[in-house]
Amino acid sequence: MTINQLSIFIENRSGTLVKVLDILKQSGIQIIASTIADTAEYGIYRLICSEPTRAYQELKNAGVAVALSDVFALKLDNEPGKAADAVRIISDADISITYMYTFLWGGKGILIFRTDQTEKAREVILRNELSFIAEKDLVGRGES
Amino acid sequence: MSYSPYFNPELETMTRQQIEALQLERLQKTVRHCMNNEFYQKKFKEMGITPDDIKSLADVRKLPFTTKADLRETYPFGMSCVPLRECVRLHSSSGTTGNPTVILHTQKDLDEWANQVARNLWMVGLRPEDVFQNSSGYGMFTGGLGFQYGAERLGMLTVPAAAGNSLRQIKFIKDFGTTCIHAVPSYVTRLYEVMQEQGVDPRRDTKLKVLAIGAEPHSEEQRQRIQNMMGVKAYNSFGMSEMCGPGVGFECPEQNGLHFWEDYYIVEIVDPETLEPMPDGEIGELVLTTLCREAMPLLRYRTRDLTRVLGRSCPCGRNHIRLDRMRGRSDDMMVLRGVNIFPIQIEKILMQFPQLGNNYLITLTTDDNNDNMTVEVELAEGTDDYKSLQELEKEIRRRLKDEILLTPIVRLVSRGTLPVSEGKAVRVVDKRKVYQ
Repeated sequence: MTINQLSIFIENRSGTLVKVLDILKQSGIQIIASTIADTAEYGIYRLICSEPTRAYQELKNAGVAVALSDVFALKLDNEPGKAADAVRIISDADISITYMYTFLWGGKGILIFRTDQTEKAREVILRNELSFIAEKDLVGRGES
Repeated sequence: MSYSPYFNPELETMTRQQIEALQLERLQKTVRHCMNNEFYQKKFKEMGITPDDIKSLADVRKLPFTTKADLRETYPFGMSCVPLRECVRLHSSSGTTGNPTVILHTQKDLDEWANQVARNLWMVGLRPEDVFQNSSGYGMFTGGLGFQYGAERLGMLTVPAAAGNSLRQIKFIKDFGTTCIHAVPSYVTRLYEVMQEQGVDPRRDTKLKVLAIGAEPHSEEQRQRIQNMMGVKAYNSFGMSEMCGPGVGFECPEQNGLHFWEDYYIVEIVDPETLEPMPDGEIGELVLTTLCREAMPLLRYRTRDLTRVLGRSCPCGRNHIRLDRMRGRSDDMMVLRGVNIFPIQIEKILMQFPQLGNNYLITLTTDDNNDNMTVEVELAEGTDDYKSLQELEKEIRRRLKDEILLTPIVRLVSRGTLPVSEGKAVRVVDKRKVYQ
């Protein structure tokens, strides 16, 4: 239900992003999804990748400020309205979402979200029989 | 082998009475020796004193102060008390702000200098079996040759690795079985970072047992970090080229202040404004009189370093005066909007945050006719929470304000963004407009 996500401190300065990406490249880590917001001085680059624990260690050894965190990963049919349905269920349960992003994997829409109400979210997902993925599902190249 | 805990047992364990008797004898000799020099002759004449006026140790206060300006004005050889042919070594400061200063040494001066350094290294447990890697700049910088000769005098295998080329340093540490490194504190943290990148664990992969750090003012918090990183004790070293170089003061294993060797120096702490003596425990300017120098004895030299007396006895058995770590030189002091600030005050606060790295840079700027301070500091630990980064910045600002009484701009940066120095770290950049 939850998967590992890397959160990397990125300064708003040329060259910082490419430094991080080069480390992942040299370590043979595949990026599956990633997101970054524009901010005045710095931001957090969040990414889902292959071998997140090893990627975390490689980045840390290179002196990058990085954290490993658990995020929820829901699996949705690739059809209009599915994200709305899923988020409504979460919202109706009074769970606040800190951030959210989506990507396509194996013909399915994957919805990643983070909340501080982890236990409650877990319970709501199970009760509503929402479909989700585990880390082992994110192997290969995601082609269906 | 079993060794004495002291390198110079008799001199190191003298009672206060013995120290003071030796100091008076050596002071009288030094003052008479100074009369071989025109600069001192003139000073004594102006003040209406003669060497015979020095009858007690307290009479040191009758003597003239000397300053860096005196060294500059008498550049290059005007403060020598022996003919130049008796000198065998010259060290010089960079002279970025005027004439450089020149310090001359006779062979005996070099021998005494090496003895002081050897005494310090022995004090922290180093013995002839040890391997000493001197990762300090060589050349004119006295931290190079000073530690080289001192470590050799002690009898250690001494590696003049010099500063820089961290990969080679780490290879030497592993291959030669280095047990002690001497370096400026910012370079030790740099070495540790490179060790991490190389997958080298100093606890597991090296034989290090002692670090000697000095030549850069650093906080207790910085020292603790270095000890935690490297897994060994780091001892604070004090020196200045005017006195000889490193060797003047050093911590013993108690790590409770620096022992200043009073058989070599008379230590005074004075109010920098009135030049009156400060009571023990109160911060003032360190003033040193050399007691064994032949080529260039210095009377009451104003070091510009600020410190205080901690005591005159120690569980280690040495009764030589103990001084607190330097608060920074009065020259390092920044004045921002009328507030006096030392870089070390800022370091002390930053090092209290485990989320922050070891490198920081203070920049002073003038924006819209206001002088501002920006503190850039490396973020060491990642987070998934943008809000926590903003809160961290806010908390750093708050604690800095409590310390320096004004609120700087705080900017978190990633590691590798700030300039890394392999010599003395640059901590302050002043870009302020100067209004005439």
